[in-house]
Amino acid sequence: MVSAVMSAAEPKAVRRKAWLTNINAWLLLLPAIVLLAAFTHYPILATLYHSFFSLSRGGASEFVGLENYTYMLEDDVFWQVLRNNIVFAIATVPTSIALALLMAVWVDKKMAGRSFLRLAFFTPTVLPMIAVANIWLFFYTPDYGLLDQLLKSLGFSGHNWLGDPSTVMTCLAVMVVWKEAGFFMIFYLAALQTIPPELKEAAEVEGASRWYFFRRVTLPLLMPTTLFISINALINSFKLVDQLVIMTKGGPNNASSLLLYYIYEVAFTFQDTAFAATLTVTLITILAAVALTKFVYLDRRIHYQ
Amino acid sequence: MKFKTKALLTAGLMTVTSLSASIAQAVDLTMYYPVAVGGPVTKVIDDMVQKFQSENPDIKVEAVYAGNYTDTMTKAMTAMKGGQPPQLSVLFSTDLFTLMDEKAIVPIDEIPGADKEWLNSFYPAFMENGRVEGKTWSIPFQRSTIVLYYNKDAFKEAGLDPEKPPTTWAEMAEMSKKLVKKDASGNVTRWGVEIPSTGYGYWMLQALAIENGQKLMNEAGNQVSFNAPKTVEALQYWVDLSAKEGVMPKGAVEWGTLRTDFLEGKTAMMWHTTGNLTAVKEGAKFDFGVAMLPAKERRGSPTGGGNFYVFKSASPEQQQAAVKFIRWMTAPERAADWSIKTGYVAVTPAAYETEVMKTYVKGFPQAVVARDQLEHAVAELSVHDNGRIYKIVNDAVQAAVTGTQTPQEALDSAQKQSERVLNRYK
Repeated sequence: MVSAVMSAAEPKAVRRKAWLTNINAWLLLLPAIVLLAAFTHYPILATLYHSFFSLSRGGASEFVGLENYTYMLEDDVFWQVLRNNIVFAIATVPTSIALALLMAVWVDKKMAGRSFLRLAFFTPTVLPMIAVANIWLFFYTPDYGLLDQLLKSLGFSGHNWLGDPSTVMTCLAVMVVWKEAGFFMIFYLAALQTIPPELKEAAEVEGASRWYFFRRVTLPLLMPTTLFISINALINSFKLVDQLVIMTKGGPNNASSLLLYYIYEVAFTFQDTAFAATLTVTLITILAAVALTKFVYLDRRIHYQ
Repeated sequence: MKFKTKALLTAGLMTVTSLSASIAQAVDLTMYYPVAVGGPVTKVIDDMVQKFQSENPDIKVEAVYAGNYTDTMTKAMTAMKGGQPPQLSVLFSTDLFTLMDEKAIVPIDEIPGADKEWLNSFYPAFMENGRVEGKTWSIPFQRSTIVLYYNKDAFKEAGLDPEKPPTTWAEMAEMSKKLVKKDASGNVTRWGVEIPSTGYGYWMLQALAIENGQKLMNEAGNQVSFNAPKTVEALQYWVDLSAKEGVMPKGAVEWGTLRTDFLEGKTAMMWHTTGNLTAVKEGAKFDFGVAMLPAKERRGSPTGGGNFYVFKSASPEQQQAAVKFIRWMTAPERAADWSIKTGYVAVTPAAYETEVMKTYVKGFPQAVVARDQLEHAVAELSVHDNGRIYKIVNDAVQAAVTGTQTPQEALDSAQKQSERVLNRYK
């Protein structure tokens, strides 16, 4: 009888303790949850909600179902900015990763002026995008810009770099790679320093060439970093539009406009918040798909130490 | 806890009393205004506001420079949605439909202090964009037409009569060919003519369309004729100036740097707003002339520029104070002074009857060209969802001048996109 009472009381105490631990954990999480819910989750849900309603210019908005989405699919500019964004991502992500790796391997070596080189490579990252865009705007200015002056001194004729739809995207991509690569280099540099030196010694004993070692040991060991960087670079290519405000305003004829910049235009210049919400939902879907690919698929296939 | 409540209450009471005190003392007004031509325009406005305040100590005006026209509209709309709109603002005269759709503004003629006589004292051409549904919604202020600036020294050098600027499209193309100058290796050092295609491309296209006898929109502001044959012809002429005649640089011509190009002698002629006149006068190291735009079927230019609007959310006192301020700003002497300092057209005929203006025009007859052009002028392109339509037309213009699309393709697409937007307003 006594034991029965004991056994009944014991789980109760355990449960009470577990409950307290839970409360404790939830309380610790509370600040983060409140902030996330207020500034991330609620806005996403509100955006989704608004994308199903008509624009209310002064009057009441009404439920229109998928009308905003059909409008979007018929919108030539939407398809163009989406295409631009994909081109922009393909142009900037692999190049900045390759450049970052190259720079990291270079400044990882023990040599004179190493800190200076590291600093030089990292400087573009520290500069604000607005400042960078203004500097590069001067490079690309027709006739008296740096690039044109250089070309003219070599006997070539000048070119309206940002005013020509066939060159404007390349010009912007070059600038963004220049700005981003230094940031990614830092991650590679940190990763390179975690590779145990014994591996290199062992490889030398076995007579492996430096290229073979790099390809079969260094590169695979850097894969988690590469994955992290590529996801970040991909997201950045959808997120960074400051340069457009300064340099091209998306022109000429939307040739350099990106999805996020188009959303800004629709929301604030056209004051069409319903359509802007629709475009935002599309952008969130794309970014969520990228993130999910990382967490669900790629993480399993990457070798972590 | 009790102490806190008490403190809060006191603070709240103090705010309330200080607020009511300030209302008794002075009416506060916030005004957003744009600048489209650079130069010292912000200073001119600040000085005018200062002077108004010293003459009217019961009204305080905070004038906020808010970027170009599009930026200013964006700021005003965002501020309104955020619950803190300005009480008055200088915005595109053509944003009227958008502002009405947003229920943002009040008709000026319903505010006490705005009488018929005053409203009829302005040039009718400038009132066109502000009158809808039998009401006057805005008052012209920083108004313009497009004029042709030409370098007289370059004309002499090319063997042209500097007192005879081109009067027709054909003449402009012909003269431009003579004005183009090339260096030894064949690179152009001076172009014949430049028409800006960024920023306000729709405006330039409208000028060409008017000259070709084509109106771009209907009165109700829900129909446009961008791909009408005559509009296409107008854009074709523009594109041909660089593609066929070789007298204008290829690609987009920057609105912002065009004045510098002209002043540096990189182009012999330019189409630009008269709002640039004083800046050109001060910067030109050569003799220059100003002419009306050349004609195809007729002369013509759209009017352009900004009007005063009064916001609905302002209190009756603020609205009356705003009207008082607007009347002061557009009074003949001020309008004359404003016109002399910038080049914008003074908005009332009375301004040209003032002594100071008469003296100025005698010494500088270029100052009245834009005004004289008013008799040929047509209301600027103004439709519902104006910001979006402007963007669509600007894109089409840029597509055509950069050679991405033919004028027909570009304008067909602009027409299709515009109809999609404007169908909501039919």
